[in-house]
Amino acid sequence: MLDNLVLNLRVAYARLWVRVKGGNREPEWLVAEMFIPVLTLSAYVFMYRMLHAPPEFTGFVVIGGTMIAFWVNVLWNMSAQFYWEKETGNLEIYLVAPISRMAILLGMALGGFVNTTLRAVAILAAGILIFQVPFSLSEPVTALLMFFLTIVALYALGMLFASLFLLYGREAWHTANLFQEPVYFLSGSYFPTSSLPFFLQLLASFIPLTFGLDGIRQVVILNKGIADVWLNVLVLVVFIFVLLPLSKVALNYMENLGKKEGRLTLRWQ
Amino acid sequence: MLENFVETRGLVRTFGKKNDVVKALDGVSISIREGEIFGLLGPNGAGKTTIIKILTTLLLPTSGEAYVGGFSVVKEANKVRNIINLVSGGETPGYGILTVSENLWFFSQLYGLPSSVAKEKIKRLTVDLDFKKYATTRMAKLSTGFKQRMSLARGLLNDPKMLFLDEPTLGLDVLTAKRLRTYVIDWAKREKKGTVLLTTHYMAEADEMCDRVAIINNGKILACDSPTALKENLKATPIAKIDVSSIQADFSFIQKMRGVVGCSETRSIQTGVTSLKVMAQNEKVFSDIMSKLNEEKLKVLSINETEPTLEDVYIRLVGKGFEQAEEKANA
Ligand SMILES: Nc1ncnc2c1ncn2[C@@H]1O[C@H](COP(=O)(O)OP(=O)(O)OP(=O)(O)O)[C@@H](O)[C@H]1O
Ligand SMILES: [Mg+2]
Repeated sequence: MLDNLVLNLRVAYARLWVRVKGGNREPEWLVAEMFIPVLTLSAYVFMYRMLHAPPEFTGFVVIGGTMIAFWVNVLWNMSAQFYWEKETGNLEIYLVAPISRMAILLGMALGGFVNTTLRAVAILAAGILIFQVPFSLSEPVTALLMFFLTIVALYALGMLFASLFLLYGREAWHTANLFQEPVYFLSGSYFPTSSLPFFLQLLASFIPLTFGLDGIRQVVILNKGIADVWLNVLVLVVFIFVLLPLSKVALNYMENLGKKEGRLTLRWQ
Repeated sequence: MLENFVETRGLVRTFGKKNDVVKALDGVSISIREGEIFGLLGPNGAGKTTIIKILTTLLLPTSGEAYVGGFSVVKEANKVRNIINLVSGGETPGYGILTVSENLWFFSQLYGLPSSVAKEKIKRLTVDLDFKKYATTRMAKLSTGFKQRMSLARGLLNDPKMLFLDEPTLGLDVLTAKRLRTYVIDWAKREKKGTVLLTTHYMAEADEMCDRVAIINNGKILACDSPTALKENLKATPIAKIDVSSIQADFSFIQKMRGVVGCSETRSIQTGVTSLKVMAQNEKVFSDIMSKLNEEKLKVLSINETEPTLEDVYIRLVGKGFEQAEEKANA
């Protein structure tokens, strides 16, 4: 039991290490990954300023642009990951090893989080410096809590996607694409969701990012406290408690289905 | 000690749905003894990889049973995974952006090796398999031969009791292939580290490495014995190698002649020569073939009696060579 736990923690750490080591080895990539989001975010800030939107909008956009980096990471480096692992033959090696497949996913998630945080901090710093974001924060602990719950919920969703895409080939890639743009829009990264039609707001509420962003903005920009964002906290906690077990179940199910149908290590489908 | 370290009973595996079913395995029963190097020899599509996938817990059998180290691959998959490893030729798992030793360290963690132990082991393996100088090279920059050495090293990191090698020398140059074969033989036979199941469609490889070989065709095991014994059984069947100076001609008539047990053909575009290998019930049949070739206006360059090889064993069993079997499979 304990041996097993130690083994799987080692696996998670090793997978994290691969991500962090591999992800930061090429400095040019790093620069591009920080620069492009800052550019996108700037475009929205200028747009809102042109429209004479209230000054809080600048803060909203900077925080949205920072958090969206995590979503992009979840999509490309979690959801579509098993597809790449399959193509390179790594998946086969994971599957013949006596380890929990969740340990691999956990390592991928933690590694992705570390890498993205490095970039997100740069994006945030650039946004604050360039645009003089008016922060107004009196409950930093609540802000941190909101942030971490959002991150855990996001990566839990990533783990679920990864499990579902275990058997699928290029569909995973297309689906990741499909999810990227609409979520920019729906989650309110750059627009307030309250301006969306009701059915879109409903759709948006299936994305943990929506609640996380809303909560973080309230606490950090509008100086609200836990008393105002407890609903966001609750929803995120529910997300986490549903998504994590669900992804474990999905992973087991897909692995078994793959072994039955012979699709588990089939390439180029 | 288990007498049979690996055992399968009536393994059947089908792929596909109702009207389009492929029977990849059709009742495969094999037993591999502890410490043995056991070979699966057969043409493309024979079912070799399918057997390996089932034994390494990557695929479920449609029916039948399979045990590795006494554990059921279906019901006790994780216990099986504890004692095995798998190396597939032509594939290099790993991350291109990481160095060779970083990759090997990562894979060692899948077996929970303490880092110091892992690093020691990696150092030894890179020395033993002659790729120490590439230890700090990014994997993406390695040539095929060195990637394959790295893969073999990876497969040995956890000291598997049962090592599965799926065409381990696929696409390698002669020297590298030889190096890897010798290493595996040493590992299993001299150091007695574990048991090996190897698939190949190189006859010489099976002959050189294996204690016993199972010949597989269309998902069925046709024969299983030591290479010597398999060839010994052919002693009563004379074999001739006939070189004909045409690569266009249709030689299928030979197979239908009386007294012919089997015939394989290898066409060489460079030399314009087809080498026929004919197995017959007695020597008299060869003169019939010569006159028939004459009738067909085909020029015979040479005819020699030859010693049986494992390919001849296959021809004896199936009536034709690997290449013709594969042509048919691809058609
Ligand atoms: N996942 C799969 N889905 C559908 N058919 C499959 C699958 N895997 C194997 N097959 C089919 O099963 C048969 C046996 O395949 P297998 O890969 O075991 O052959 P092999 O002996 O390893 O051949 P090769 O020498 O080409 O590697 C082939 O007809 C193949 O097309
Ligand atoms: Mg194969």
